[in-house]
Amino acid sequence: MKPIFTITEGMLPVSTSYCPGCTHGISHRIVMECLDEAGKLGEAIGVAPIGCSVVSHQFMNVDMLESAHGRAPAVATGIRRVHPDKVIFTYQGDGDLASIGMSEIIHAANRGETFTTFFINNAIYGMTGGQMAPTTLVGQKSTTSPDGRDPGAVGMPMRMSELIASLDGAVYVERVALDTPAHVRQAKKAVAAALEIQEKRLGFTFVEFLSTCPTNWGLTPANALKFVEEKLIPYYPLGVFKTPERKEEAV
Amino acid sequence: MTDKVLMKGNEAFAETAIRAGCGYYFGYPITPQSEIPEYMARELDRRGGAFLQAESELGAVNMAYGAGAAGGSVFISSSSPGIALMQEGLSFLCCAGVPATVLNVSRCGPGIGGIQPGQADYFQATRGGGNGDYHVFVFAPDRLQEAVDLIYEAPLIADRYRNPVMILADGMLGQMMEPIVLPEQRPLIKPADIPAYKPWTVTGKADRGGKRNVVQSLYMQPEDLSRHVEEMYANYTRAEKELARYEADGLEGAEIVFVAFGTTARLCRETIELLGDRGVKAGLIRPVSLWPFPYRAFDEVGPDTKAVVSVELSMGQMMEDVKIGVNGRKPVRLIHRVGGLVPTSVEVMDEAIAILEGI
Amino acid sequence: MNTKLFFAGSGGQGILLMGQILATAAMREGLEVTFLPSYGPEMRGGTANCTVIVSDSPISCPLIYEADAVAAMNLPSLTKFEALLKPQGKLFTNSSLVSISASRADIEEYKIPANETAISLGDERAANTVMLGAIVARTGFISMDAIMNTLDYAFSGARAKLLPLNQKALLACVN
Repeated sequence: MKPIFTITEGMLPVSTSYCPGCTHGISHRIVMECLDEAGKLGEAIGVAPIGCSVVSHQFMNVDMLESAHGRAPAVATGIRRVHPDKVIFTYQGDGDLASIGMSEIIHAANRGETFTTFFINNAIYGMTGGQMAPTTLVGQKSTTSPDGRDPGAVGMPMRMSELIASLDGAVYVERVALDTPAHVRQAKKAVAAALEIQEKRLGFTFVEFLSTCPTNWGLTPANALKFVEEKLIPYYPLGVFKTPERKEEAV
Repeated sequence: MTDKVLMKGNEAFAETAIRAGCGYYFGYPITPQSEIPEYMARELDRRGGAFLQAESELGAVNMAYGAGAAGGSVFISSSSPGIALMQEGLSFLCCAGVPATVLNVSRCGPGIGGIQPGQADYFQATRGGGNGDYHVFVFAPDRLQEAVDLIYEAPLIADRYRNPVMILADGMLGQMMEPIVLPEQRPLIKPADIPAYKPWTVTGKADRGGKRNVVQSLYMQPEDLSRHVEEMYANYTRAEKELARYEADGLEGAEIVFVAFGTTARLCRETIELLGDRGVKAGLIRPVSLWPFPYRAFDEVGPDTKAVVSVELSMGQMMEDVKIGVNGRKPVRLIHRVGGLVPTSVEVMDEAIAILEGI
Repeated sequence: MNTKLFFAGSGGQGILLMGQILATAAMREGLEVTFLPSYGPEMRGGTANCTVIVSDSPISCPLIYEADAVAAMNLPSLTKFEALLKPQGKLFTNSSLVSISASRADIEEYKIPANETAISLGDERAANTVMLGAIVARTGFISMDAIMNTLDYAFSGARAKLLPLNQKALLACVN
């Protein structure tokens, strides 16, 4: 019999420890499949963040290291100086990247660092237990915004793809979602495109995944996917914000 | 004529780091060490390495962590408040077993403090400002040649123990000039040679026939973390035996023994001459390593000694280690200045005589 | 032989350069030397001073509590640092900018019109070299030739065109 599906060697043969309905498993697999299909699993060096995916190296079958909260882009910058020929990526959540690591991500993008950042935006802090993130929606309840996010007190949710795309050093910026099979297929195309552009060393590449956190959102896995579609996507529009051919914002 | 060169301390430090084979430098401007990133910006790329001005000291130490974990020989430098920002990274480097050479051209604090010389980073350096059980190896040169020699040796020590090594200089050493002999250029390691030289690094698993490496400092199982920390401390116990260094001069028959590190020790040497002119015999213990602290040096303090005096540009931070070394056998006293003030050798002499008269 | 010199003036007067030329010359002569500058937040216009110790034996301490010679390139330097001189020490005041005399009687004072001399040679910026020559001529701890042969250290590259001027300046006030 001819196999119609095989699990990528990029994922280690273990179950992930993420919550039921969490989309980390999908984004992990997409990244690993793309590296596998490009024949780059052996050349890849990944940087895990602080957050649920600090343990991503237990599932991603490539060389990896753990970084301190928010510092992954600085760590990847250091790796790139030593290894100009390798495939380097960071995998970061929204608290890690958009709050405590804002300085590191903005400066890495602005320098045009030639690694790829995969940004998991689920609008909440996961590992620490559901606190408000810079990306938490207006009115969205969290353990540190129990009455819902009040933009008068804490400002509006931050749109990182748009912010990154405004920097000259960023050459590929796309926001995708993981709520439907069609969106997942598009997400994989975005990852493949980002890694292909990394190969050309044109500048900084960035893919934002609108993701779920059913546990901390207090929703079933199915309703969490609906939340992505009905709440996250309207505020965080999907699309390519920048490509090497088309640097202007276009959605 | 000799092969000596006259260089400003900071530039000598930077040149030596390059010659020591440190091909990767990540820095951020701060007085009194800004000549170091400036020197690296001029020199490092054209000599086959890589210089980057980081967005902050936090960025710099984490770039060093990445480069070090990827097998590069890294050098970072800053001054006191900037080193404070790097503490998070130093804790990570120690736990993850990533070598690095770190230079603190220290100034006075706390807070922004001042930019004049200080030694009040003793606790920060030897006790660590980061979280958890760890130690950075700390060496404190008192002259430029010794600083050059220590910076040259530091990457070897860091690699041998897979732990960061800190050189604790002060603003005086960074800014002064003294003739030095620079060491030979060590080759910079090429990326292709890293897997053979440092098989634990993350370079892509194809370099190891598919065997994966992970550099980590997170251990979710208490038993695993406990085992890891115990292993780190077995390494530190070895370092305590192998790395503790000091100089002792004139201890035999000394009425008073000074303990001082860095430029303060040079001041004490002049004080000892002045006391000698007055018929008071004085000796000096100069710790060269601050962690591990050379406690055994104090076994050489003899029966004639009436007091052991820690001379510091701090409120007596090193004195705690001096007391451990003396272990109650002699009175321990402090002569100190803070705020960027530095005593003259005559002032130290006067205070030393007052101490002897008060015992 | 152990000579402790202290140079003081304002930022931009070439105070540190005087010390560095002297230190380099001493090193080339095979002597021990330390050069310790003051450092501050100002790039120009603040106070500047440096200590140079030249010795034929290892130098324990680069800091000094008394000086064999003090060069005061401006008035604040004179009032602040004449106390640093040891008895019978030599004070060199830049009489172009300092009109008063030292308050101490137990020292030797030399008034050197450094700025006026440099202007007459064509460039006021050579006042520091005029002063350095005057000090070396009147202290004798290092030969004038050693300094002369070191001027190329300071005046090389883009500043090489200033070398002839400074060679003249070094010898302008030696008598």
